[in-house]
Amino acid sequence: MSGERDNAHSATDIEVQAADWLQREHFWDWSAGDQTALESWLAESSAHRVAYLRMKSGFARTERLVALRTPEKGEGRPLWPGFLGLAASVAAIAVLSVAGALYLSRGSASSEARYTTPIGGHELVRLADGSQIELNTDTALRLSMEDGRRIARLERGEAYFQITHDEAHPFVVETAGHRVTDLGTQFSVRDEPGRMEVILVEGRARIDSASAQDQKESAVLVPGDLAVATIDSMAIRKETARDIANALGWRHDLLIFHDTTLADAAASLNRYNRNKLVIEGPAAARLTINGTFGTHDVEFFARMAQSLFRLHASNNGTTITISR
Amino acid sequence: MAEAPSTDRDDTPAHSTAAGMTASAAEEWFVREVLPLEAALMQFLQHNWRNKSDIADLRQEVYVQVYDAALKQIPDRAKPFVFKTARNLLINRVRQLQIIPIEAAVDVTALDTAVDVPGPEQTAVVRDELRRLQTALDHLPPRCREAVVLGRIQGLSGREVAARMGISEQAVSVYLINGIRALVNEVYGASSDRKVTS
Repeated sequence: MSGERDNAHSATDIEVQAADWLQREHFWDWSAGDQTALESWLAESSAHRVAYLRMKSGFARTERLVALRTPEKGEGRPLWPGFLGLAASVAAIAVLSVAGALYLSRGSASSEARYTTPIGGHELVRLADGSQIELNTDTALRLSMEDGRRIARLERGEAYFQITHDEAHPFVVETAGHRVTDLGTQFSVRDEPGRMEVILVEGRARIDSASAQDQKESAVLVPGDLAVATIDSMAIRKETARDIANALGWRHDLLIFHDTTLADAAASLNRYNRNKLVIEGPAAARLTINGTFGTHDVEFFARMAQSLFRLHASNNGTTITISR
Repeated sequence: MAEAPSTDRDDTPAHSTAAGMTASAAEEWFVREVLPLEAALMQFLQHNWRNKSDIADLRQEVYVQVYDAALKQIPDRAKPFVFKTARNLLINRVRQLQIIPIEAAVDVTALDTAVDVPGPEQTAVVRDELRRLQTALDHLPPRCREAVVLGRIQGLSGREVAARMGISEQAVSVYLINGIRALVNEVYGASSDRKVTS
């Protein structure tokens, strides 16, 4: 990005300059030459432009102070009409919710949509009912409406669900063999071969084994619960708020490692990147690290492992091998 | 700004270049969608960055990156975009500092809160803006305050303010610059940290 760092002037210096332009423009004689000078100052850098826009828009809002005007003092020139227009536009703050409007109009009997992310992908799907689903790397999700139930089939990968609860239209997440039914919730579901993990963040949800009718297992999850379900078992344990935040770091494109072995950290990064990390030898694999990495920071991770533990790293373009 | 052809007196705006259009659309978007997020952004930066003297520079850098991105394409939703930019900036800064346990600086739990929780109710902000502005005005040094009251509230020109106060025009400019900055920072809700430090 051009002009990413403009250290020649601090933000405060630029703020002072922007305030200076503004007061000159509004309180003193303003010539065409001044206008040209202002425009060339603005064109010098985006830092100048954003500082000026900020100052000008904020100054427009101080228009409110005119309410304090005392009538007995001598009247000066009238206030500039431009201020009011800007103030109005600032008040209209409503965040654009350009809903990537989806399907699931509640009346329609059958509608279906499929969403996928590639390795390293991260997408937000907004549903017409206000629910949101965040898809993590290498994920496939199929949405449909069946018998009044909102069904999300997680074919692979991981997703974070923020569901608008609707008693009449339950929201159900299915993976191979398991089912999570929303009871008004935020939760994540991760599908791995032979295993499903559910982290409940807010509200409640019910988890069922969808297939094994005979010995059907079922449990209600409350916030902080991590449920791990396999073909023949289901276990639930309490996680700390910190562990949950760490486990959901991917929502911010982050991986958070806390006393994590290099082997496990590499496996995590490998979910997000085509350039795969290989940790060679048990001695290197057992080293542990703490820290936060971007999901795409393979090279940075390798450099860090190199300098921190004095390991060797070689990168052939598809694989980075780390060894003693 | 693109110059309109002088002969063209149509009511339709003159688009002299496509780039000119984009720039003004980006500016308009920035003022309408991004600046109102400043209080939340500052809170986020202060919560996630130890060195308070960096905050103004970080905020500026976020704005520059967001604005530059909007010149190319205006993001669909401002808030997630602004906070994502801020988060990435903090992470990159930490990286440049080459401190390894990055958790010390970037608290992921807080990142969640800052992004997901809606900002303060906008109507409430507007309702007490006048009161806050008045308080900010009262906190200005007396001469600075006088210059702002005469210029901004009573509507005098800079020259008239100078004559009324019996001071030089340069001094009036300095008072106005300081006064405008204080009021504008108040408008954007950045005043809370100032009160703590003073």
